[in-house]
Amino acid sequence: MSNAPSHLRYTRSHEWIETISDGTYRIGISDHAQDLLGDMVFIELPEVGSTVSASDECAVVESVKAASDVYSPLSGEIIEINEALEDSPDLVNRDPYGDGWLFTVKASDSSELDELMSADEYVVLTNEE
Amino acid sequence: MGAKTALYQEHLSLGAKIVDFAGWDMPLHYGSQVEEHYKVRGEAGMFDVSHMTFVDLNGARVREFLRYLLANNVDRLQTYGRALYTCMLNEQGGVVDDLIVYFLDEERFRLVVNAGTHDKDMAWIERHATAYDVTVNEITDVALLAIQGPDARHKVHHLLSDVQREKAQALVPFNAVETEGFFISRTGYTGEDGYEVMIPRDQVVDFWRRLHKAGVHPVGLGARDTLRLEAGMDLYSAEMDEETSPLEAGLKWTVAWEPLDRDFIGRKALEPQYNATPARKLVGLILDDRGVLRSHQRVILDGEVIGKVTSGSFSPTLGKAIAFARVPFDVGERVLVEMRGKQLPARVVKPPFVRHGKACFE
Repeated sequence: MSNAPSHLRYTRSHEWIETISDGTYRIGISDHAQDLLGDMVFIELPEVGSTVSASDECAVVESVKAASDVYSPLSGEIIEINEALEDSPDLVNRDPYGDGWLFTVKASDSSELDELMSADEYVVLTNEE
Repeated sequence: MGAKTALYQEHLSLGAKIVDFAGWDMPLHYGSQVEEHYKVRGEAGMFDVSHMTFVDLNGARVREFLRYLLANNVDRLQTYGRALYTCMLNEQGGVVDDLIVYFLDEERFRLVVNAGTHDKDMAWIERHATAYDVTVNEITDVALLAIQGPDARHKVHHLLSDVQREKAQALVPFNAVETEGFFISRTGYTGEDGYEVMIPRDQVVDFWRRLHKAGVHPVGLGARDTLRLEAGMDLYSAEMDEETSPLEAGLKWTVAWEPLDRDFIGRKALEPQYNATPARKLVGLILDDRGVLRSHQRVILDGEVIGKVTSGSFSPTLGKAIAFARVPFDVGERVLVEMRGKQLPARVVKPPFVRHGKACFE
């Protein structure tokens, strides 16, 4: 069974969301998602400064097995991306909740956070899959 | 629940991700298929390929039978243990399967055929064997391990008996020897040196563990596919099938046209094509942009679909995506490949992409 840290929130499409500070959130993909996809070979990230709406496709993680869209869980502005992934996409496999983070959003509507799942709910979802 | 090889529990205890392959529960990888790929290119890796089909053919007329059954000519096999890669064609010149045939003695040849085509291959071989009084015996009490990589032979030698070691060391590529219950063949599907070793089923777990202890890394089917793709080797059902001529699958070199009086199944159908320019051919593609070439992607030139990718993946050695594609014979040096709503330029090259661990292209 894959792990899902309890201090994070999750989406049905396997992104995780970490609160960095009030209104700023870091996004990545879950351990379950990276395990399903296998070795990452390319990560395409959004541009810093671009604005996204919740559930917009805003990144692509491409593994040996498949390319998969990453959806922004929150609306807002992309304020930082993980540039280390350009040369080391395998960070997503090795440390999906740490060095393998994808981007940071400055949320325009923090109430969207209420729609997200807790770790417990997410684990139930992944066990059903 | 699929069929399981004798090593299934070993795979589980090594943390393998198991997938269905042709009805078998096989290891896809043991953590990272890219790491496993590098191990084979740089050191030594071992693959459980016991799911493949092993067939012994016995009879006084077995050579005559194989001259007719196979598109390559078994008369190229004149010394014991010699191996030959060949296609087995249907009457239309399509490929029933590709296989390796070994010459064991004048009345005994061995075939190693694909797992995914087991039933139709067995039926096809048996159907044609009757007329030659050849008996067809599938061997099911063995396991097959492929040990591949620059250090592979050396590592295997240490685990063999003195007699086995001496015989293995003397093997030149594409030759095999039966010794003390082992069938040791200097062949493989990775482009690296190494062995494929057929071992009695009840001894394989012990041998696998000793290899592992000697530093040979377990490698799954994921890396097996990227290794063979880099090495420019076809995969049955991807590059060729019953509707595809070997002449359009980069396998003309395996069709022994001479002597002209050797009749083999599919020869008549290939006759008009053999000396003509084929309509299509199999080429290699390299993608310099970020993205991964994958099978079934469309190949585009001047706004028209001219072909498709038959196999594609990320090449760990080149650090970019590579593929085989079937395209018109007169294709130029560049095409576009459609992926995820975009058309990205790809270079047209002649495989292999990697030779003896070194990239053949930038």
